[in-house]
Amino acid sequence: MAAVGKTHATRWGVLNVVVVLYALFPVWWIAALSFKDPSTLTDGDYIPREWTWENYRGIFDTSEFTRALVNSIGIALISTVIAVALGTMAAYAVARLRFPGKKVLIGMSLLIAMFPPISLVSPLFNIERIIGIFDTWIGLIIPYMTFSLPLAIYTLSAFFREIPWDLEKAAKVDGATPAQAFRMVIVPLAAPGVFTTAILVFIFCWNDFLFAISLTSTEAARTVPAAIAFFTGSSQFQQPTGSIAAAAVVITIPIILFVLFFQRRIVAGLTSGAVKG
Amino acid sequence: MSTQAEPAGAPPPAEAERTGRHRAPLSAGARQERRLGWLLCAPAVIVMLAVTAYPIGYAVYLSLQRYDLRFPAQAEFVGLSNYGAVLTSEFWWDAFWVTLFITVVSVAIELVLGMGLALVMHRTIFWRGTVRTSVLVPYGIVTVVAAFSWQYAWTPDLGYLAELLPSGDAPLTEMWSALWLIILAEVWKTTPFMALLLLAGLALVPEETLKAAMVDGATPWQRFTKVMVPLMKPAILVALLFRTLDAFRIFDNIYVLTGGAQNTGSVSILGYDNLFTALNLGIGSAISVLIFICVGIIAFTFVKLFGAAAPGAEVK
Repeated sequence: MAAVGKTHATRWGVLNVVVVLYALFPVWWIAALSFKDPSTLTDGDYIPREWTWENYRGIFDTSEFTRALVNSIGIALISTVIAVALGTMAAYAVARLRFPGKKVLIGMSLLIAMFPPISLVSPLFNIERIIGIFDTWIGLIIPYMTFSLPLAIYTLSAFFREIPWDLEKAAKVDGATPAQAFRMVIVPLAAPGVFTTAILVFIFCWNDFLFAISLTSTEAARTVPAAIAFFTGSSQFQQPTGSIAAAAVVITIPIILFVLFFQRRIVAGLTSGAVKG
Repeated sequence: MSTQAEPAGAPPPAEAERTGRHRAPLSAGARQERRLGWLLCAPAVIVMLAVTAYPIGYAVYLSLQRYDLRFPAQAEFVGLSNYGAVLTSEFWWDAFWVTLFITVVSVAIELVLGMGLALVMHRTIFWRGTVRTSVLVPYGIVTVVAAFSWQYAWTPDLGYLAELLPSGDAPLTEMWSALWLIILAEVWKTTPFMALLLLAGLALVPEETLKAAMVDGATPWQRFTKVMVPLMKPAILVALLFRTLDAFRIFDNIYVLTGGAQNTGSVSILGYDNLFTALNLGIGSAISVLIFICVGIIAFTFVKLFGAAAPGAEVK
């Protein structure tokens, strides 16, 4: 390390700091905004002069936000579970079985990954109105699980290809029943990939805005990103800036937690699915 | 489920015996494997078809109708006249060029920045974990949240960035400055994704090849352009393809930053407005179909012209 030299280290240090600042500054700014009280909201400071929880108290007092939070969590979780379950089955087949039509499946998922969601908004809007699932959880779960399926299939099949499946046979030779071999050998090997995929799919559903504003009309199914866009101030003389900032911070927390705890896995999942195919 | 499915290459002893006896075109094991394969893929395929193929067909049907939600009784078949109306409208072309401009400029900037970011992540000698973790934040953050952060930053009398400008400037209310700010927000949010894809490509460049080039006296720039870039070409093309298609669909950032005012709306914004502000399902659907065709052309160009190996193409 000594040979690397001080200037070299300094240069990397500066570069790293630049990258970290680039990534975190806008997040810090909106967080700072959320802790300012209305009198200092407009001072443009990076650090609030007066820290207050007022904005948070405000949004948690309204059903507009709490209901949206419940919707967001519920819809994203259910979509994730379904997409990962269907994706696991398909990815297992893609990674391990030989059957005609595999290429078609992969091509089709690729097409859907590229599909412009706006193209589905008008037909889905009409279909959902006609069959009565407009503005319901189901109405959002359906497009979410569909659009996250390609992501799930790619990421999972990349992970499954890396699993040493022979271990299962070895376990059977050692006297394990098929169920035991599956439960004690394959599940632990496959779990990290499934888990990583679930995180990526969850982030995807959590993030969506277009379907959320198009396929909902009331608090019944509106998720937080859509609800934020419709926030009005607590009184008509007040801009909703503080509330929006606070709500924004609340829905950023799960993302920050995922990133902090599962950084390595998320990177592996994103790149394995997209590059190695 | 794994009990019936064995790797295709190595049939278990019992099945090998059976395979030996039947010289039929397909052994029982292979047929079983085939059935299982279809069975496992069926739910995913059905969902994907039901939720995309059917609605896009329905969108084509709707786009041939005069269908205004305010006057549903007057719905009737009008042939291609919705397309004629859209394609001769300046709103469509304005939105189209704006979208194209945002797509090309932001993807170009992202490629350069993303490459830099990937090199930093790949080469940095310390803090590697911290850098990767913080870079994932823009990737994961809800686009609407990031867009609000930018919007407030550029709002006069509120934001830190607006303070840097001469007072009275409201960059989000003028077309060109607003477009650049939209691009900035887009670039900030998606460069990390680009960088991660490129990082995966960088990991495939063998260290020995770089060393050999160095021994041969190649400058760092030569090593980058002559050794790394050619080896990374597949990763670069996939990253470009994904980001181009994604950028063309831009919606959230514009919706929050300008709402599409001052001619800053993308085609997606136009489609949304026609549907939910004008309540015109016929025109809205025609726009949907046109966007779908645009995306198809972009994807086709990438795959055919540049030979972007779509992920999955390498699947054995």
